[in-house]
Amino acid sequence: MAGVTVSNVSRSFGAHKALDDVSIDFADGGFYALLGPSGSGKTTLLRQIAGFDFPDTGRISIGGESVERVPVEKRRIGMVFQNYALFPNMSVADNVAFGLSVRGEAKTVIATEVQRALDLVQLGKLGGRKPHQLSGGQRQRVALARAIVTKPRVLLLDEPLGALDKALRVDMQIELKRIQREIGITTIFVTHDQEEALTMSDRIGILRDGRLVQEGPPEEIYDRPKSEFAATFLGDANIFRGDATGNGIRLADGTAIAAGVGDRLAAGAKASCAVRPERIRIATDAGTTDSNINTLKGQVSKRIFAGNNSTYFVDRAGQTLKVIVQNTGADLLAEGQDVVLRWSPESTVLIAAG
Amino acid sequence: MAEGAAASRGGLGKALPLLAPAYLWLTVAIFLPLSAMVFFSFMTDLPLTGKPWAFTLGNYAAFFSQSLYLTLLLASLRLGLEVTLWCVVIGYPAAYVLAKVLKGRSREAIFLLVILPFWSNGLVRIFSWAMVLREGGILDAALNAVLPFKINIDLMYSYPAVIIGLVHSYVPYMVLTCYLTLQAIDDSLIEAGRSLGASRLQVLKRVIIPLSMPGLVAGAALIFVPVVGSFMEPRILGGRTGTFYGTVIEDQFVAVFNWPLGAALSFILLAVVLVILAVASPVLRRAA
Repeated sequence: MAGVTVSNVSRSFGAHKALDDVSIDFADGGFYALLGPSGSGKTTLLRQIAGFDFPDTGRISIGGESVERVPVEKRRIGMVFQNYALFPNMSVADNVAFGLSVRGEAKTVIATEVQRALDLVQLGKLGGRKPHQLSGGQRQRVALARAIVTKPRVLLLDEPLGALDKALRVDMQIELKRIQREIGITTIFVTHDQEEALTMSDRIGILRDGRLVQEGPPEEIYDRPKSEFAATFLGDANIFRGDATGNGIRLADGTAIAAGVGDRLAAGAKASCAVRPERIRIATDAGTTDSNINTLKGQVSKRIFAGNNSTYFVDRAGQTLKVIVQNTGADLLAEGQDVVLRWSPESTVLIAAG
Repeated sequence: MAEGAAASRGGLGKALPLLAPAYLWLTVAIFLPLSAMVFFSFMTDLPLTGKPWAFTLGNYAAFFSQSLYLTLLLASLRLGLEVTLWCVVIGYPAAYVLAKVLKGRSREAIFLLVILPFWSNGLVRIFSWAMVLREGGILDAALNAVLPFKINIDLMYSYPAVIIGLVHSYVPYMVLTCYLTLQAIDDSLIEAGRSLGASRLQVLKRVIIPLSMPGLVAGAALIFVPVVGSFMEPRILGGRTGTFYGTVIEDQFVAVFNWPLGAALSFILLAVVLVILAVASPVLRRAA
């Protein structure tokens, strides 16, 4: 096991900068998600760490050892591919044995280790099958067993659950997390699914256009996004844009919004505020007017009932805000109804424009 | 299985109009002449000449009574084996580069160069080689222009010349069949192998070659069978050394006019080739 350090890595393909000066630390034993839209460079970064491709500039080290020019087969990594990439000409056991066998391990050692790995992914009895006789979830487990049986220093997963259906994906998320805890391996996985990133990882790195936008624990990124992109890509957010006032922003129509979280910005600078939809309370009456509470009037334009909660789209001054209300048995608001929205400054994140 | 059979039986009615022209053509152009040849091979003389004729097994007996035919057959089988091997050695790497290394326009360009021999007349191709290989020919001239000392290769009318001509004619089959299986192999399999610590050579040996075996087998069958019966390349490029089973059969038809013997020798060759393929196929299928 080992930590991975990526320092100032850049990689261009022709005129396209796939990675632009990315630095990120993956501590030993952690579970990391690299999250970003397609084309953000997350897979390119994973391939640099794996050694399929070398950076133009910058350094990559695994367990303190500099590896940026070491080819993949010498890096002692384990990788799980999006399409599983199981060898179709080999049985499940032979697939798992491949890494040990090319290393020249003794047959008895291989048999023991393969069985242990298959047991770990709960496929102990299916060693004799061919990959095409397995379901998608089982193939995924074989791919995982094959990647970890060689005791790699780091486990890399490229959208590992992307090809599975929703229910199976949730099962595999739990399973993957269990296995990762059990063997304590540093794990880096690429995903475009923000929910997957939130539920599984200890830390998340958000990438956009080849740059690392923000990196940190899921709660921190969710509660304190440092950019509009981070706020809207990880979870939902209502964004207000205006001029910084010192303790919030003033919108174009003069409305002040107080922000208790985020950057300290000089008054007058362009700035945004982000508010999560579930932090906003929605009511039909004006209620108590507490000057500390952000208050906006609006009109419900649409309601989506989703069982345990309802989403309201509220129009105000040319902007549509999203509000999520837990289903507590209270009466639902009608479309077209005038409403008052309230939320505290502590739920409002101030973000420098950019 | 049963369901599939039922479905195909239901589809046969609709498929018949589409299949009929092909099968009609095959019947007229292949099956009837071939049947006639089977018939001839059991005759003492051709009925067309007006001479009296009778049924006989003598044509087949001739093969076993003269060791020359067996010797030539073995030489032809060896020729087929050698040409097939050279086609694998030359064609497989070319197919690999086409399928896995080159992309876009350069792939199309190289592909065209591979297919080009197909589009040129076989005889023209062979005589071109004759010009290259003969004493003082293009090969000698080119080598002498580069090398400081006088060299005289003179490959013309030799066994290597026959091999060169045949490999040139048949290597595109190997390239094409291997290309098809190689390009169907997902690149991520190669990456998966390497991520598990396998060198490029180990990945080639354990993953790529086993997965492209069907293409190698198909290419080998497409090359081996016609090469064993070939006569044009051996005759023109081999000269006096170019006497093979195929040239003897050709002689029976065009020179000696002993069609019955020629037909019998042809069917013996067909039988031998079928036996070889039947014996080899389970072995090759297991490898694949």
